[in-house]
Amino acid sequence: MMHLRGLMLALLALCVAVPVAAQDSLPPAPYAYNQLSDPQQEAAAQALMQTLRCLKCQSQSIADSDAPMAGDMRHQVRTRISMGEDPEAIRAWLIDRYGDYVSYAPTISETTWPLFAVPLLLILVALIVLWRRIRRRA
Amino acid sequence: MIAELGLAALWLAAALAALQLVAGAFAQRDGTTELAGLARPAAIIQGVLAAFSFLMLLILFAQTDLSVKLVAMNSHSAKPMIFKLSGAFGNHEGSMLLWITVMALAGALIAAAERRLPERTMMATLAAQAFVGLGFYAFLLFSSNPFERLPQPAMEGMGLNPLLQDIGLVFHPPTLYVGYVGLSVAFSFAVGALLTRQVTPDFARAMRPWVLGAWIFLTLGITAGSYWAYYELGWGGWWFWDPVENASLMPWLAATALLHSASVLAARDALRAWTIMLGVVAFSMSMVGTFLVRSGILTSVHAFAVDPERGTFILVLLSIYIGGALLLFALRAGTVSEGERFSVTSREAALVFNNVMLSAILGIVLLGTLYPLLTEAFDVRVSVGPPYFNPVGAIFVVPMLMVMAVGPLLRWRQDNIVRIRLPMLIAGGAALAVLLLVTVTTNIGILPLLGLALSAGLGIASFMPLRGRKLRLLPLATWGMVIAHFGIAVALFGMASESAFSEETLAAVEVGDQAEIGPWQVVLSEVRPTAGPNWTALEGRLLVSYKGGTSKEIDPQSRNFWAPPQETTESALVTRWNGQLYAVIGREAGDGRWQLRLWWKPFVTMIWYGGILIALGGVLALIGRLFADLKRRAVKLRGAERRGLSVRNVEPRDAGA
Repeated sequence: MMHLRGLMLALLALCVAVPVAAQDSLPPAPYAYNQLSDPQQEAAAQALMQTLRCLKCQSQSIADSDAPMAGDMRHQVRTRISMGEDPEAIRAWLIDRYGDYVSYAPTISETTWPLFAVPLLLILVALIVLWRRIRRRA
Repeated sequence: MIAELGLAALWLAAALAALQLVAGAFAQRDGTTELAGLARPAAIIQGVLAAFSFLMLLILFAQTDLSVKLVAMNSHSAKPMIFKLSGAFGNHEGSMLLWITVMALAGALIAAAERRLPERTMMATLAAQAFVGLGFYAFLLFSSNPFERLPQPAMEGMGLNPLLQDIGLVFHPPTLYVGYVGLSVAFSFAVGALLTRQVTPDFARAMRPWVLGAWIFLTLGITAGSYWAYYELGWGGWWFWDPVENASLMPWLAATALLHSASVLAARDALRAWTIMLGVVAFSMSMVGTFLVRSGILTSVHAFAVDPERGTFILVLLSIYIGGALLLFALRAGTVSEGERFSVTSREAALVFNNVMLSAILGIVLLGTLYPLLTEAFDVRVSVGPPYFNPVGAIFVVPMLMVMAVGPLLRWRQDNIVRIRLPMLIAGGAALAVLLLVTVTTNIGILPLLGLALSAGLGIASFMPLRGRKLRLLPLATWGMVIAHFGIAVALFGMASESAFSEETLAAVEVGDQAEIGPWQVVLSEVRPTAGPNWTALEGRLLVSYKGGTSKEIDPQSRNFWAPPQETTESALVTRWNGQLYAVIGREAGDGRWQLRLWWKPFVTMIWYGGILIALGGVLALIGRLFADLKRRAVKLRGAERRGLSVRNVEPRDAGA
């Protein structure tokens, strides 16, 4: 238990802030901490980065993380956006590389269909509940 | 010695909970026996003992007694006193002790103060409260003993996660826990009423202050937690649909629905089964939240426990309580009639509609939170985040807000929609005007756009119930509703504005250089070292000016804690009436330039002002209800005296609130 807790703290330290002991020897990629000069492209990149998960962190998007890997991913996103690639194409490329886990925006697939079926069901159930009450009371 | 005292008090409290359960249960079988007379005193003493036990833990942390395992693992002698104390519940065992303490104190309070319910229902309620309590005592004593000693006292403590060493986190957990656990009272009331089949307006009136109280604390807890995440984590976001955040939102959604449903039951004797169901669901959501956060099933800042044994324990407790209560509901709900009827256009109908919407939103949040855990069990990892929750939630939030604007204007039982056409036209017109204006002048997303329009409509509509009424004679509870509804509009405006108009700049600047963000100019005038009791830091001195006005100094820091070793960023904020400037200083790029991350967030503070308004509305309603109850009780007492009857035998009978 003790070492697990230690491990967790280390993991936290890694994500929430810059690791103290293991300073990264490589400098961060150019676009990890630099914005694109075109504000519209930067906004598109921002919007995309907000919805991509930092894989080394707990519940953080790559836009919010200081982990080196998130920096690299930001660099990838910004470079590809500046080359005119479509944000959704970049997302697809990242999902291809890292799996569904990397995207906070689930798409309908074999594994995620209940996420979209249940809300539809909820709408139906809500309508039925309301309809029954209205008919009974009116 | 202190640790042993605490542990002994905890065991005694558990024993008294067992006594309370037995006494309450026996009272069901053969009325008021001698044993039944013990249920109330047992509940009160149990509360005192649990509080004593928690006090002992606080003393241990204040003294930094390193022979106690929990202190050694979570505290440090160099920590400021206030964080030593908050460290007592900034960990798994301590927070569970806090949970049971709040629960025992709530039980003591109903035992001491609640006289409205029929005695049998009251006994059943106390028994239910004791039954839930026993499970958590067992959990604490058998798998999470906070008073465990180390074979060898430690030389020094391991310290508390620096992120948790913040004033916000001193108040956030207790506030949230009071809210979570306050709902246990609603749960016990619901179970008690199901057992004795007595679901009456009086039952709703007895339950309502508890739900209101818990709801106020949940509102404040969520608001404070959101602001803490915003300024302390240093990435400028205020809500990320993180499972831990959702764990606190779900009980709030259920409690909000319960609150409104209980009001209908109290005033109109309708929605009986529905209110009971929500009472069960609300506390179930508290327990689900506790399970998510405490079992270590999610590993995030809040999840300290990484022990599967504990997770299983809570899961078993969860299934016993939720499963048991739902089973009881299924068996008994048929015998509880739905109560008074109402027409489609009536305040009840509007409340029912919004209850259904709230339940659906709860369903979405629950699904989105649990689904990734479910697939992970089958080795498929998916992420569910804002791009899912925001649009899917909006399907239900948007109609709910519309009905919420109209509902309070309608009369109970039956009304004509034509009667309220004027206020509806005004509110709807305001919403449409904003919608058009924003669409023409800016280019923002559909959700923030809807948010802005709805907040305008709702903001105006929330004051409409005051129209044509004598303000001095208006009940306090009505003021409470108006302010709480207005608070929703204010918070919504903040959320929409933040999401639509926020600007961000990343800049690498040398000392003396300037950066721009929105209407702000920011000059990095100095970077200097500084130190606190258990950290050192590099502090940037920023001179900021709004639209070229007089400049102001702010000092974001990059802190190094040494126990445990960790680096954190301390953001610096400038608050204006129309928004906040948010500044974070990062590391040096190596060429003498410093990484600055700056945000300008127009009207972001409205989110939390809205939250405070919502809670304030709750407080007003609570005070109003309590005074009305006291008055009613005094009237009843006088009436009983006049008839020469003893108060106990008088069945309370009075028309709506």
